[in-house]
Amino acid sequence: MDFNDTPEEATFRAEARAFLEANCKPKVAEKDRMNRSLRGVDYLKAAKAYQKKKAESGFAGITWAKEHGGRGLPPIYSVIFGQEEAKFEAPAAPFAIGLGMCLPTVIAFGSEEIKQRYVAKALSGEEIWCQLFSEPGAGSDVAASKTKAVKEGDDWVVNGQKVWTTGAHFSDFGILLVRTNPDVEKHKGLTMLIVDMKAPGVDVRPIHQASGGSDFNEVYFTDVRIRDDHRLGEPGQGWGVALVTLMNERLAVGGSYGPDYKEIMNFARAASSPTGEGSLMQNEAFRQKLADWIVRAEGYKLAKFRTMTALSKGQTPGPESSIGKVINANQMMDIANTAIEALDHFGIIDDPALAPIDGAFHQSYMFAPGLRIAGGTDEILKNILAERVLGLPQDQRADKGIAFKDLPSGR
Amino acid sequence: MNFDFSDDQKSLKDQARKFLADKAGAKVTRRVLDNPEISYDEGLWRGVAEMGWLGAAIPEAHGGLGLGHLELCVLAEELGRAVAPIPFSSTVYFFAETLMLAGSEAQKAALLPKLAAGEIIGCFASSEGPGSPAPLNIQAKFDGAVLNGVKIPVADGDCASHAVVLAQDRSDGAPASSRHASQGLSLFLVDLSQPSVNRTTLKTLDPTRGHAKLEFKNAKAERIGTAGQGWELAEAVLDHAAVLIAFEQVGGSQACLEMATEYAKSRYAFSRPIGSFQAIKHKLADMYVAIEVARSNAYYGAWALSTEAAELPFAAAASRAAASDAYYMCAKENIQTHGGMGFTWEVDCHLYFRRAKLLALQAGSPAVWKEKLVKRLEQRNAA
Repeated sequence: MDFNDTPEEATFRAEARAFLEANCKPKVAEKDRMNRSLRGVDYLKAAKAYQKKKAESGFAGITWAKEHGGRGLPPIYSVIFGQEEAKFEAPAAPFAIGLGMCLPTVIAFGSEEIKQRYVAKALSGEEIWCQLFSEPGAGSDVAASKTKAVKEGDDWVVNGQKVWTTGAHFSDFGILLVRTNPDVEKHKGLTMLIVDMKAPGVDVRPIHQASGGSDFNEVYFTDVRIRDDHRLGEPGQGWGVALVTLMNERLAVGGSYGPDYKEIMNFARAASSPTGEGSLMQNEAFRQKLADWIVRAEGYKLAKFRTMTALSKGQTPGPESSIGKVINANQMMDIANTAIEALDHFGIIDDPALAPIDGAFHQSYMFAPGLRIAGGTDEILKNILAERVLGLPQDQRADKGIAFKDLPSGR
Repeated sequence: MNFDFSDDQKSLKDQARKFLADKAGAKVTRRVLDNPEISYDEGLWRGVAEMGWLGAAIPEAHGGLGLGHLELCVLAEELGRAVAPIPFSSTVYFFAETLMLAGSEAQKAALLPKLAAGEIIGCFASSEGPGSPAPLNIQAKFDGAVLNGVKIPVADGDCASHAVVLAQDRSDGAPASSRHASQGLSLFLVDLSQPSVNRTTLKTLDPTRGHAKLEFKNAKAERIGTAGQGWELAEAVLDHAAVLIAFEQVGGSQACLEMATEYAKSRYAFSRPIGSFQAIKHKLADMYVAIEVARSNAYYGAWALSTEAAELPFAAAASRAAASDAYYMCAKENIQTHGGMGFTWEVDCHLYFRRAKLLALQAGSPAVWKEKLVKRLEQRNAA
């Protein structure tokens, strides 16, 4: 057992570090990254310029095949770059979904022409992609998508609504899951298309979140025409295509956000104990809770080291990486809630000018409920662990053998 | 990054699992459970000695296999999984570790080869009643020649031949106790076969492992380690034992999860396997997450133990806090998943539920280790 890179990994890490030092600013405080809208034009410009440099220097598409402009390296190198990049203020976020989820799907299912047209421009940051799966009536059960596409000549005509689309407002293209045949079982009537987000009939509206910010969008489609050569996979096989996309999502979501156990320790030294005597840090109940947070945060970090080890040996990690999101979102909420309650009545004040660490605990408190839902709810992730890791049988389904159009939808 | 056991260590684990599937398991554990006259399973103990496991981490010069602590961790996980009814932890994680940490050459030469051969059984005696042992509540005394005092409870104290005892050191030249709360304590080696040691077997939650009250009345004893350093040494031994016991706890937790998972697949209610209900799925997924957290912390402990890293005190506390909570959760939810059957004597769920509690308490309770974890993090931050 050791925590060292192999010589090849160490060389790569040093190269990555040198690139980042030359092209990025050092990291700013955690709180400034919270709840930030990605809509700023300057931020987007900087992000595109940064992505271009990454592509030119061989740090974009690290695991992609060379024929697609990638570097053809094993996944461990992507993890190493990510670890180093996280130490800098690197504007990589706008590309996470496109390059992490959409483009691997395009590469897997697109025709030669499609790949020629889109892959290089996405990798170089010229074009940004989003993923259009969730709908108001299809969240955890995303295969219940209703957005309809009807074939007219060489075109598909799309009508309907998607929701919770990250980055739709600055994206150029998206992969879009549509219902093309309502007369067969729900998983069999779906098709995946590539949509031009600037096409007539595409209307992007920001969602006003419970946390106050707007990081996601609703996207409305009214008679949007998409050429059939922009289809990924065969008509009716969209669900299989979507599963490839979603497999990549688990790896993309699961980091921790907001104040962690170290930050609440700093806070607790200055905060008073609910007993009225001494600091919160001296309070026994607080210390026991803190220990639980340490154990889970360190356990998650170390579990990732085990995943890295498997990657480093060329093995593929399975759905067990779902544990990260289950642990982190709840812990983030619990830490924020504990800090706020420790302030007693004063805890209700979320004004950054008055609240501790510029209101970061309060932001975390309001953002955490969203994280328990985004990228698969805690409940869905536990189903995945139970079914795919432990091998438990699927839930009994009410939609087997019934045409989509005849399914009860509750509304 | 290579945060995993080696192929050799993994094949040792496979070998251990096969051996224990054959020689241990519920049938053997129940022989001890159902017979209050026996303290441990002698056949399994001999088998484990013949495999060399007692001396896995003991140098070859002292009759051991000369492997290391990583190998011992692997074995511990399998012994925990098998709920093995033998005094392995007391003898190996506590007694042998104390000798290796602080024993004189003569002490090591006299005891380690016999220990590796399974000829002696060791135990570790620090508690003197309810609550966590602390420097100021240790009453046992060594006067320079003999030991007096009462230790309760002592794990495997009913079958052990030798004990390491934490006691006040009043011999000439030992540091006075006034300077430091922890000074004035030393560890002592005691042969338990002498008539001045009185043992009383204790009735416990886990009868598959023996416990005793040990009374020393002018018992012969010799110091082990530096005079006045007994408390620090005991803490160091506990850190070693904490990591090793964490592996037993992870093994036991894993066994509970597998048992519950199998049952959930085969037990039908409402004309479907109960494992198809989300209430059961989520419970088992929670157990899985707790085990992954515990296993990852335990691996860190193993790394720190095997490399004698400065991180050991922190890693040991994290290992132990995670593993104690995970085993308790997995053992109780295994019973719950089994429904009424899980509450019968015949079904093995209670063997794990009992052992989970013993292992959570044997080297200090979860609350004590959580406090240690926070304190050690504060110390690390201050340094």
